[in-house]
Amino acid sequence: MLITCPYCGPRDVIEFTYQGDGNRQRPQPASQDLDAWNAYVYDRLNPAGDHNEIWQHSGGCRSHLRVVRNTITHEILSTAFARGGHKSADNRAEGRS
Amino acid sequence: MAEYSAFSLLKNALAGNKDWKPAWRKPDPKASYDVIVIGGGGHGLSTAYYLAKEHGITNVAVLEKGWLGSGNVGRNTTAVRSNYLLPQNTRFYEHSMKLWENLSHDLNYNVMFSQRGCLNLAHTPAQLDDYARRGNAMRHLGVDAELMSVEQIKRLVPALDVSGSARFPVLGGLMQPRAGTARHDAVAWGYARGADRRGVDIIENCEVTGFLRDGGRVTGVSTTRGEIRAKKVALAVAGSTGHVMQLAGISHMPIESHVLQAFVSESLKPVIDTVLTFGMGHFYISQSDKGGLVYGGDLDGYNSYAQRGSLPIVDEVMSEMLALFPGLARVRMLRSWGGLCDMTMDGSPIITTGPLPGMYLNCGWCYGGFKATPASGWCFAYTIAKDEPHEFNAPFTLDRFYRGLIIDDKGQGANPRLH
Ligand SMILES: Cc1cc2nc3c(=O)[nH]c(=O)nc-3n(C[C@H](O)[C@H](O)[C@H](O)COP(=O)(O)OP(=O)(O)OC[C@H]3O[C@@H](n4cnc5c(N)ncnc54)[C@H](O)[C@@H]3O)c2cc1C
Ligand SMILES: [Zn+2]
Repeated sequence: MLITCPYCGPRDVIEFTYQGDGNRQRPQPASQDLDAWNAYVYDRLNPAGDHNEIWQHSGGCRSHLRVVRNTITHEILSTAFARGGHKSADNRAEGRS
Repeated sequence: MAEYSAFSLLKNALAGNKDWKPAWRKPDPKASYDVIVIGGGGHGLSTAYYLAKEHGITNVAVLEKGWLGSGNVGRNTTAVRSNYLLPQNTRFYEHSMKLWENLSHDLNYNVMFSQRGCLNLAHTPAQLDDYARRGNAMRHLGVDAELMSVEQIKRLVPALDVSGSARFPVLGGLMQPRAGTARHDAVAWGYARGADRRGVDIIENCEVTGFLRDGGRVTGVSTTRGEIRAKKVALAVAGSTGHVMQLAGISHMPIESHVLQAFVSESLKPVIDTVLTFGMGHFYISQSDKGGLVYGGDLDGYNSYAQRGSLPIVDEVMSEMLALFPGLARVRMLRSWGGLCDMTMDGSPIITTGPLPGMYLNCGWCYGGFKATPASGWCFAYTIAKDEPHEFNAPFTLDRFYRGLIIDDKGQGANPRLH
């Protein structure tokens, strides 16, 4: 599997570390919303098909990437810097690069 | 129905083995059942068997999208053990071990259960201490466990490099002598025949594509062979849990599907007669009765529904094997394949009523569920029949994550690829 890092170009999957479901929303640190914390820590969208996920180019530039990948065919549909793909500024945990 | 005995073997051998009957019927689905079990893997079939045998519930269908044994039950590396640390796991897997020990007799089907032992190697003093602790925890609950010295290990597995110059020197290990292996296909076929002859309909090539609902209640399934109604619908679809639960409208689960690969070498004369696990990476090995080395390692590490693996893991598994057995460097690998594992957030399974009314859920076997096959079916059948868990599966709820009652034997946290 080749993943195209927007900074480094196409690289072998062994250079990357998988960080899982990219749809999770980290609650504000002070939040006491147990459902939201439970969902963030334990619940995953686990589709058979296109999956929005976070990878780190840990063996390269160390950027965090947002990757859309098909979980049946392993085709990579898109890659982008994770920060650029953010919906809200609340989502800082996944945005450090 | 095919019955196996010394007499029937002799009779059929003399008749050229032409008169064997199929081991299970191939019925068309009925319009409705008391219980539908989705998934004709080991767990679905054992559930149906124990529903009939232990609870007298025989108006049951097992629906399998492919053929029996096409899932993980026919893809695993056959290791059976009950060497866990946490009491919830130890009790459950030891119950399984006891069922394994009588399974061939119970099913009148030789599942080739072979108690050749399972040895976990330690490579650091801390790891050895940890194994001593685990062994004590096991013995405390009546499970067999022995700490082994390097000398003992050397005698037991002569091919293993136990020299001080090994890349990861062996300092000792934890042995469970009653652990071992079983012939995985035979487990599926034995349970299938046992369920079939008690009246269960096993329906192959029947994929569940949706759920029938009456208000909030699940009342049946739609399939590629039409709609089938049932009072109770039970899921045992292993690696496909995420996908099938989405069909029921539940999109988020504490589960990720990952691929695990297995490898078999060409046949060799006996070199290892136990199940051996490497404590410094992730590698385990045993030898099949035909002589092939059967081995595996880590998950591929990212969500996958492909029943095939990727090359980096092949490379890694081979190098770990050679770190332990330099002498096997020129043995050729014969074949490899992958299977789908439903990895939970704490590495432990889920056997529960619900989560929807009319539904029962058995999942989250990660890559260790083969050994659980008898106890899983036994507990799930109990839960379906009585609408409450048996004490053996009571801890394995779906809401344990929410309630803070996780059962994390490895202490890896909510990180499925590390369990
Ligand atoms: C390579 C590998 C090695 C392993 N090694 C070991 C080991 O050494 N020891 C151990 O204890 N465990 C091991 N495991 C894990 C173990 O095999 C599984 O945890 C266990 O077999 C899962 O239960 P099952 O047998 O019921 O699953 P499966 O056999 O996968 O059964 C699930 C069934 O559901 C069917 N299904 C899915 N979706 C649908 C649908 N929509 N409609 C109808 N049917 C459907 C599938 O076709 C499948 O047959 C290993 C797994 C793998 C992949
Ligand atoms: Zn990069």
